[in-house]
Amino acid sequence: MSALLETRSLARNFGAVTAAADIDVSINAGEIVGVIGSNGAGKTTFINMVTGYLQPSSGDILFKGKSIVGKNPRQVMRAGICRSFQVAQLFPELTVLDNVLIAYGLMQHRVLPMFRPLATGNSIKQAENLLQEYGIESYLPEKVMTLPQGVRKLLDIALAMLREPEVLLLDEPTSGVAIDDKFDLMDTVMQAVRKSGAGVLFVEHDMEVIARYSTRLIAFYDGRVLADGPVAEVMDNEKVKELVTGHHLEIDYKREVAHA
Amino acid sequence: MRNSTLLVLGAGVAVMAAGMVMPGWLTFLLTLALAKGLVVMGLLLLMKAGLVSFGQGLYYCLGAYCVGVAGDYLETQNALFLMLIAVVVCVALAAVIGLLLCRYRDIFFAMFSMAFSMILYGVLVKSSAFGSSDGFNVKPPLLFGWTPTGEPGPLMAYGLAVTAVTVVGIFVWNYLRSPMGYAGEAVRENEIRVEYLGSSVRRIIYIKYLLAAAMAGLGGGITALAAGHIDPEMAYWTTSGEFVFIALMGGTGHVAGPVIGAVLFELIRTYAFQISPYTWQMILGIALLAIILYLPKGVWSLVERFTKEKTS
Repeated sequence: MSALLETRSLARNFGAVTAAADIDVSINAGEIVGVIGSNGAGKTTFINMVTGYLQPSSGDILFKGKSIVGKNPRQVMRAGICRSFQVAQLFPELTVLDNVLIAYGLMQHRVLPMFRPLATGNSIKQAENLLQEYGIESYLPEKVMTLPQGVRKLLDIALAMLREPEVLLLDEPTSGVAIDDKFDLMDTVMQAVRKSGAGVLFVEHDMEVIARYSTRLIAFYDGRVLADGPVAEVMDNEKVKELVTGHHLEIDYKREVAHA
Repeated sequence: MRNSTLLVLGAGVAVMAAGMVMPGWLTFLLTLALAKGLVVMGLLLLMKAGLVSFGQGLYYCLGAYCVGVAGDYLETQNALFLMLIAVVVCVALAAVIGLLLCRYRDIFFAMFSMAFSMILYGVLVKSSAFGSSDGFNVKPPLLFGWTPTGEPGPLMAYGLAVTAVTVVGIFVWNYLRSPMGYAGEAVRENEIRVEYLGSSVRRIIYIKYLLAAAMAGLGGGITALAAGHIDPEMAYWTTSGEFVFIALMGGTGHVAGPVIGAVLFELIRTYAFQISPYTWQMILGIALLAIILYLPKGVWSLVERFTKEKTS
């Protein structure tokens, strides 16, 4: 069976700088793939290419067997691939409720209505239900700019999940989130993701999070895929230890996987 | 019909009735103010999306010239027909220029929009067929051959202005609460998120630009019918600046802001000119400074503050 999302020899250059090269990655439905790599390894460039924010210099991206190279973020999103961002991309001066209502409004209509009100009893109820699912309903009247980082991240992911994507790409979902909150955040996200059955690829620097939530791990280095396989296997890879995680990292991966 | 719509309709009828008893100079001043209010309502749509146009004079002037030229060439004084021509021509031009402008933001959008209005100004100043820099006179308006006073005059233009502001005001009021209206705020706040929610930022801006052009064309048409004279100054950058001035003065928080701002602007200008004919601009400048310092969200914020206090 072919993968849901597959990249073939994907590459991206910025002038003389190669940000990504020969990236062959696949994601299947229901799979949760972690991605690790140092800064500049090409992780975000990869997500940007898959979601149409950047066009690859060469290579192909196949979604359900069809190439999506050349499509813009709107088309990619409508096809079924959604993403969250390293820095949550929200409407900061508007309330949480307005953010969700606008998201629903923009997502549901190709031609935006000019006379139908955005906020109706039904749409507000729908927004409340969504926020409840992510445990952030108490922030409904707050302006986004006043929210803690963890809540912003959850809202960002909730907006990405609105369309019920088949593939969800999360760019550092726990970055900037308090240590005590990161597992709660990931538990909430994973619960929503598992319910939808989407394939997930998430970039993360926190190895505990990677170990606990990934079913597969990909290590990037210098714009290339260094290793791809089961979490413990990739973590034990000598090259990964040397170039990505460092020799002295001591995490009981088997325990973390069991915990998940 | 909702309360807000009834309220706007009621206000429209009241203002219309007031015109019957007002002195002629005030009727004329309010007609011009309401026409400018229409232009600024369009500007409000763009400003909500984070775009400041310094070129609405283009459509204001074009709308006025459409009314003047069509009236002459088609030999008609039918106000509705002439205003329809003004709106259609303005939207047609905006449909072309908008394709370029929707790609730009911030100062580039402002300067590009101004550049187009200055091109029209340059063309009109050099066109002897349109009266060059002197412009030309426009015939007074009729409504299918009828006027309220029996002869064409300012009261008809006033009636048109009040009706147009009421209708457009109700449209903008509802529009700002619709997904398309909120999309403007979303674009201002975060274009990346808008794209990743599946909407085209350029298309949103393009539609707002078309609507703003239609409103500016309508405002220009009414001004031409009310003033009875048009000239290229209507496309000059200072006219476009006036619209931004009015938007800041009235505030962009509510559809009433542009109308209040426009009336206030015309009143201050008229009295400033009467008090100090050589330094009236200074008085206007001081008024704007005071508003920016003490009411940064415009005069409309006073109403909001009052309503909030009353509710709490």
